[in-house]
Amino acid sequence: MMGACHENYIEFMHAYLDGDIQPEQEQELKNHLKSCEACQAHMHELSDVVAFMKSAQPVTAPPDLTANIMASLPKRNVTAGPQSWFRRYPIVTAAAVFLVFMSAMFFGNFSDDQQFAFTKADNIIVEGDTVIVPEGEVIQGDFMVRNGDIRVDGAIEGNLTVINGQILNEKEIGNNEPLASTAVVTGEIEEIDRVFDWLWFKIKSGYQGLEDWITGDEKSE
Amino acid sequence: MDAIVNKRIKQVLNGNQDAYTEIVDLYQARLYQVCYRMLGNKHEAEDITQEAFLRAFINLHSFDQKRKFSTWIFRIATNLCIDRIRKKKPDYHLDAQVPGTDGLDMYSQIAASEELPVEQLEKMEMQERIQYEISRLPDKYRSVIVLKYMEELPLQEISEILDLPLGTVKTRIHRGREALRKQMSQLPVTEVGGKR
Repeated sequence: MMGACHENYIEFMHAYLDGDIQPEQEQELKNHLKSCEACQAHMHELSDVVAFMKSAQPVTAPPDLTANIMASLPKRNVTAGPQSWFRRYPIVTAAAVFLVFMSAMFFGNFSDDQQFAFTKADNIIVEGDTVIVPEGEVIQGDFMVRNGDIRVDGAIEGNLTVINGQILNEKEIGNNEPLASTAVVTGEIEEIDRVFDWLWFKIKSGYQGLEDWITGDEKSE
Repeated sequence: MDAIVNKRIKQVLNGNQDAYTEIVDLYQARLYQVCYRMLGNKHEAEDITQEAFLRAFINLHSFDQKRKFSTWIFRIATNLCIDRIRKKKPDYHLDAQVPGTDGLDMYSQIAASEELPVEQLEKMEMQERIQYEISRLPDKYRSVIVLKYMEELPLQEISEILDLPLGTVKTRIHRGREALRKQMSQLPVTEVGGKR
């Protein structure tokens, strides 16, 4: 085969074929090829190889290749968006899920219970959507009215809560031994008629309130 | 073109699978070509092309959109081809096949070391012979030669696709050319060229 001195020229040949030969090296190679038949033959063979490879005709892909590729993909048209979103923001997702469930509970209660309801008591009068605590009567414990009004002429020994309604004689009610009026509410008075008040109230009263309703501590009409 | 591709990629990532069709359409022919040249078999080339697009689709979220999508998908495909070549066992039967009928496919089945007799080489068409010579190259030379001469990609891009330093790519192309030269000295190209 070729001697070691030719190895350099072979390097030059490849650099030449790749188009990144230095001008002085190219000149050196050309000069050498004029005088060395072995290298000339080598250069010819390499050039033939390149010409041969470049004569390859493009191979045509099967006409249904795109369709087959698309058919091979996992079907995730509908879920792809949310899935990747969930994966990217797990904490936000958890918070959102929590909120959805919680608000469903609160709003569900809020909108499902549209009927007039109030805490069960023997000594009250009901006129249409209004509960009346008659003068001289005393209700022991907390009292609540939903979706209706209340008029307190007597006394409530506890808190009074009115949801989606109003206290018709609020100004007359005292929370102590009254001099001018017999109307007394010893605890706190609360009127709730907006969604956010309702939410806040539900959070404050917690599950006790819910349990009371569920176990039928009050009467619906 | 990269801007359009990146736009489609974003749409795919947002759950619009149909937007991927356009990406597939843009690159499927070139990818199939590379796979075919690497593997020398239509069925396997289709198989690997499909697999490459599937993997790209599944891993699309990890694609860095500052880079070229073509480089990325070519890398996936060449890696799959090299895996396939290495797993292939050279235990196919050649005797049942006649050159010239389904010729392009049969030469893929030949291990790099196997050599056909000159009489058979003489019967080969030019295009068959090209594929035969490529299939005899060791896979590390085969990928650079295919990317350079079939796809005519710049050396820099080849180095990115194969994740090799530019110097290594150059060395492999030099050795690949030398290997082809030696392979073909059995029956020089010029004689084949006359039969075109």
